[in-house]
Amino acid sequence: MALLEIRWHGRGGQGAKTAALLFGDAAVETGKYIQAFPEYGPERMGAPVFAFNRISDEPILQHCGIKRPQIVVVLDPTLMQTVDVTDGLPKDGVVLVNTQKTAEEIKKELKLTTQQVYVVDASKISNEILKRDLPNTPMLGALIKASKLLEFEPMLKSVKQRLEKKFPTRPDVVDGNIKAIKKAYEEVGE
Amino acid sequence: MIVARTGNEAMAEAMRQINPDVVAAYPITPATEVVQLFSKFVHDGLVDTEFVPVESEHSACSACCGAAAAGARVMTSTASQGLALMHEILFIASGLRLPIVICLVNRSLSSPINIHCDHSDTLASRDAGWLQIYTENVQEAYDTTIQLVKIAEQALLPGIVSTDAFIISHGMERVELLDDKEVPKFLGERKVEYSLLDVDNPITIGCLDLQDYFYEHKRSEIDAMDHVLPIIEKVQKEFGDKFGRYYPIVDEYKMDDAEVAIMAMGSTGGTAKVAVERMREKGKKVGLIRCRVYRPFPEKAMLKALTKVKVLGIMDRSDTLSTLGGHLYNDARSILYESSTRPLMKNYIYGLGGRDISIEEIETIYEELFNIKKSGKVDKNIVYFGVRGE
Repeated sequence: MALLEIRWHGRGGQGAKTAALLFGDAAVETGKYIQAFPEYGPERMGAPVFAFNRISDEPILQHCGIKRPQIVVVLDPTLMQTVDVTDGLPKDGVVLVNTQKTAEEIKKELKLTTQQVYVVDASKISNEILKRDLPNTPMLGALIKASKLLEFEPMLKSVKQRLEKKFPTRPDVVDGNIKAIKKAYEEVGE
Repeated sequence: MIVARTGNEAMAEAMRQINPDVVAAYPITPATEVVQLFSKFVHDGLVDTEFVPVESEHSACSACCGAAAAGARVMTSTASQGLALMHEILFIASGLRLPIVICLVNRSLSSPINIHCDHSDTLASRDAGWLQIYTENVQEAYDTTIQLVKIAEQALLPGIVSTDAFIISHGMERVELLDDKEVPKFLGERKVEYSLLDVDNPITIGCLDLQDYFYEHKRSEIDAMDHVLPIIEKVQKEFGDKFGRYYPIVDEYKMDDAEVAIMAMGSTGGTAKVAVERMREKGKKVGLIRCRVYRPFPEKAMLKALTKVKVLGIMDRSDTLSTLGGHLYNDARSILYESSTRPLMKNYIYGLGGRDISIEEIETIYEELFNIKKSGKVDKNIVYFGVRGE
């Protein structure tokens, strides 16, 4: 696999950085070279934030920012009104949005013609299962399905391990997140 | 074991495996995590370290000095203002020949206040008698942390392993960690000739040293710096032979047939390697010199690299604020003075306060170096690359 770059759009507190780290971790488990890094600006709860991934079969040497990602993941649909989420996206790029709308509607809203658009209501999934609007982990499931970058089961195993480390006394949180990832994986559509 | 780790996580893991006798530290962005993670290892009983959470970096470095003088293996971590606050004590550590190792995250110095990467913090401490090794990626940061403990103890000099703020400290990459048992085996015990705690053989450390002997002691410290490069080479080779990852003193990339080259330090080295590949795809023979060991400045190896090309672009992520450009530029100019072949040189100050440097930008620098080669002259020796208003 040639080098592929991903940009995550979220709001401070939504877990864009965590999603990028979880994705990076899972990719390493399956033998890939990766980078995962947030853009550290003035961080405030609710303010637009970015996180990034690079993934490749070869060692990754560059340490510059990512300006032309092949894949964009939007954790919060309201960002599309204030942030140019498709900035630098190539003609054959992929956009994945957490939204109640259809892919066609998003395509029109973002004025996209050639790019592939995937949608999933990750907030609904999160609210149902985790009782909170934390769309980052379900979006990870949707990303795996839409991008076919990683195999699903090994990714799930890796995420579970990392969450268990992060929440050693909260098996409910771990299980809820895994369930949400699975559901988003199933529900994401073009 | 192959894992995904940020630079801070990897340096903390290295510290866990090194299992220092004493760690005294004070938190500062972006190096906080190193000690935060390490303190958890202490709490969880994974290390035997005496952990001293002090009230400032000045105290951190002072506590490190005391412990190292007692014969302990000592480490700490800091960045930017933290290193600046240690400044006074840095000289005491090196003057007393105490092999303390700092896991350092390079962050700009105030003012204006900024938490992002440039090399002004460590470079402001370059004359403090500490070894300084700048790393390109998370793997190198991890490996160098382990190597530097051994180098420092053999040379009886303190050392800093440098990583770029956020780019490396908070950037997650694939890393190969060594086996927990291998690291102490590689390092061995710290052997001390004199210890403050050896009550049967009492000694004095840090006493007044006036006109009669100060100069000789200082001279012997300079002598230690003069003889440390072979130690670094030896430890790097031992590490490579044992674990398969070899590091050079000066990292030359595609220099053998290069017509023009740039020199840089830290994570930009990796970005520049990609720029080299892209230029070569266009048929342009360019190379990169990445300065890994910066203090002591490896004069011989560096001179050999610098004189391979006709034109050099020296990229400094710092400025000396002296009107003479950046630190690397001044070092390069200094060692070239006696050389019979001297490339044309241009100094590119860049990336201050964390401003990004892209592959394409480095390619434009290479293009400019070819123009200099063609015209045979440098119009402006020092430029501020990527700054607005110029």
